[in-house]
Amino acid sequence: MASHEHQGRGHHDMGGLAAGPIQRAEHDPAPWEKRVDALLRLLSAPERRIMTVDELRRGIEALGPGAYDQMSYYQRWMASIANNLLEKGVITVDELGHKMAEVEARWQLNAQR
Amino acid sequence: MTSEHDHPHPHQPDLDDQPFEYHQVMAEAVGELLIEKGVISADDLRRTVELIDSKSPAEGARLVARAWCDGDFKTRVLADVNVAAAELGIDAGGIPIRAVENTAKVHNVICCTLCSCYPRLLLGLPPDWYKARAYRSRVVREPRAVLAEFGLVLPADVEVRVHDSTADLRYLVLPRRPDGSDALSEEELQALVTRDCMIGTAVPQVARG
Repeated sequence: MASHEHQGRGHHDMGGLAAGPIQRAEHDPAPWEKRVDALLRLLSAPERRIMTVDELRRGIEALGPGAYDQMSYYQRWMASIANNLLEKGVITVDELGHKMAEVEARWQLNAQR
Repeated sequence: MTSEHDHPHPHQPDLDDQPFEYHQVMAEAVGELLIEKGVISADDLRRTVELIDSKSPAEGARLVARAWCDGDFKTRVLADVNVAAAELGIDAGGIPIRAVENTAKVHNVICCTLCSCYPRLLLGLPPDWYKARAYRSRVVREPRAVLAEFGLVLPADVEVRVHDSTADLRYLVLPRRPDGSDALSEEELQALVTRDCMIGTAVPQVARG
């Protein structure tokens, strides 16, 4: 696509630009994808208001052009949710790192059984 | 082994070469942290996933078929989808949804050029192509070409209107009741109203014969 078309736009702002054919293949959302969707719904629910849908989108747009195109849809969501929670101090980098290592070790163990 | 681990493992067979994809691990970890901190409960998370699973285009189809059968109800749908849906016991959520009506001379199609806004509580989760670059980029510039790729070729005298959704306002296409459907029951009509009919990339078809 011509780069001048992108002037003054964010990378996500793609309405009206040239693009290839519609890829119509669909996949049913995986359990982890539904979990990500559920986390956003819970965090944005009126009884919590920890983050908004607009904050989700800002976080996705902040990933930058490379990540935006390489990551899958719910990978982008997850990255944005985590960054929002870190920014707001709901979780810390240390907590997230430790918990991810713990989850990975647990899954590894289960996979070996 | 923890008690919340009674669900199938979240990794997919096609990802076996990288069994623990980073963001899948992150999704598990963030959920567990939020539960440990009491921000959400394990029950909240389970019920919300169940809610997501329970939503499908059948909800939207019920609304459309009722509107076809009841002109007063249709008027209320066009005035306020969320309120009209509640009449049928359907929770369409707090974000306003506007119904755009197809007629013999106007065809509507919905999109979200910036992201993936979609009437999820009436249609379920959006299809992959709705969230992908090609549809988001092109449907606002060359809707007829895009619709043709879906197999929908509209007469030149039908005006095509494209509606770009936002986080604060979503759209639902109210398809036109197809010719030859007069004898069908409301339940049979519901079966004609597919997801794509309510996105606007298809129109309801009456089975022949």
